[in-house]
Amino acid sequence: MKKCSLDMVVSANISLGDSHFLLKFTQEEPLPEMLPGQFVQVRIDNAPSVFLRRPISVNYVDRVNNELWLLVQKVGDGTRKMSEYKIGDTVNMLLPLGNSFTMPKESQSRLLLVGGGVGIAPLLFMGSTLKQEGFEPMFLLGARSEGGLMQLDEFKKLGKVYITTEDGSAGEKGFVTQHSILQEPIDMIYTCGPTPMMQAVARFAQYKSIDCEVSLENKMACGIGACLCCVTQTQTGHKCVCTDGPVFNSKELSWQI
Amino acid sequence: MRVHRWTSIQFKRTIMADLRVKIGAVEFKNPVTTASGTFGFGEEYVDFMDLGRIGGIFTKGTTILHREGNAYPRMAETPSGMLNAVGLQNKGIDYFVSSIYPQIKEYDTNIMVNVSGSTIEDYVATAEKINALDKIPAIELNISCPNVKQGGMTFGVSCAGAAEVVKAVRKAYSKTLIVKLSPNVTDIASIAKAVEDEGADSVSLINTLLGMAIDAETRKPLLSTVTGGLSGPCVKPVALRMVWQVAKAVKIPVIGLGGIMNATDAIEFFLAGATAIQIGTANFIDPAVSVKVVDGINEYLDRHGYSSIYDIIGALDM
Repeated sequence: MKKCSLDMVVSANISLGDSHFLLKFTQEEPLPEMLPGQFVQVRIDNAPSVFLRRPISVNYVDRVNNELWLLVQKVGDGTRKMSEYKIGDTVNMLLPLGNSFTMPKESQSRLLLVGGGVGIAPLLFMGSTLKQEGFEPMFLLGARSEGGLMQLDEFKKLGKVYITTEDGSAGEKGFVTQHSILQEPIDMIYTCGPTPMMQAVARFAQYKSIDCEVSLENKMACGIGACLCCVTQTQTGHKCVCTDGPVFNSKELSWQI
Repeated sequence: MRVHRWTSIQFKRTIMADLRVKIGAVEFKNPVTTASGTFGFGEEYVDFMDLGRIGGIFTKGTTILHREGNAYPRMAETPSGMLNAVGLQNKGIDYFVSSIYPQIKEYDTNIMVNVSGSTIEDYVATAEKINALDKIPAIELNISCPNVKQGGMTFGVSCAGAAEVVKAVRKAYSKTLIVKLSPNVTDIASIAKAVEDEGADSVSLINTLLGMAIDAETRKPLLSTVTGGLSGPCVKPVALRMVWQVAKAVKIPVIGLGGIMNATDAIEFFLAGATAIQIGTANFIDPAVSVKVVDGINEYLDRHGYSSIYDIIGALDM
């Protein structure tokens, strides 16, 4: 898949609570092919404390409106600068980067997409792709409290949504790995979120012998496999999250689970 | 955008300055190359630029045996730069010869292999294997990596250590030998002279500056190795000063690098005495930056009425 450097125009910047926002970008030409699980490297200009690009998951590709969606959490100066983007601003990005989630086998019908916090971002795109391919994805989304749940309406259009919150303000109280849906049969899990959550999900999957793919977000410099900064330890040595990942089968990773 | 593109075509000059330079026995179509560790083996960048437009590529550091490198985290962003502690992760010289070389040998640019090692024997054995490869016209001897426990920078921080490894490699390697110098020394010019005396054809400088970064909230270092190598525009003034000092001290050509982000930065290195330059960390921000630097150097020479890049090498107006 050919990578490119595009100057995209901001078409929407929607605040989702105190610390998250949804950016939509467009351009005159049709957007290049992108796969669920891939990411873009956003160049941050006019922010003196920011030097490197910021890797952000593709949240959704809206082919009807020719829009790329990025769901972003304000973490540091780079993402804070992104939160200030105005409609009409031009932003350079490299895309599409990284591998993608694997499509399930036909025999795998019960698919659970488990997301936590801003980690739900790539699951919307994956869910919509699965639905287009004739699968019926289920979503298990976790947050600290109700206010941290995002894009629920979008997810509900794609399949059944199950929720946990740590304070019990929405859905079942507790962590995603405590939700009752996990008692039902599951053929394949896709997960993205905080590392401890993904490790807990991977542990559950391993215990139940369920195939599980996780999407990592290590710190990156180049995003194209040149600098070797973003490595994760796997069964076959260090691998670049930017090019060998960001999606890995949980069995491939050297997680102590 | 469209208007801009139209005007640039409209005013494109047909006569361009001569950008060719020579380092040792190697001729470069232009003096712009990419720095080791920032450009892989070139293939990572082919979607973004034409490799044939630049003078050369210095490959990722290669060692005699496979190295896993240091643990994550290996990188920290810093003001106007970054620290890295990759630790020479690479698959070893035999893998390079069997699997990478066949893929890159037809590139329309000079490919120089960056060679690192823990012992003098490692450097010599690696250099010997590269000597047999027709399409590799030069090696860059890395005696300045700050991120490995043994070898690397320990050779490059003393005149005797630098001379010893260069002497040994010079005997085993017949093509152009470039030695990459460490800035983590008191007197870089004396090290440059020491390696020149042992037969180095060129020196490249600077490798990264040893630095560190701390997260005040967690009280933890940001790198698994605590210290790492600083690169990016924050090191440019140090690099320029060292290139200037070394270019005055040696007769062999100097390859300048350290924080070059654009053509103006590159011009400053030529004025300080560099015959060629390497672009490193800037490749991470703009993967097509090296081609833009070539165009910008051309435009500068044109604008100032110079016919050759050699007109500005060491032409600092004191």
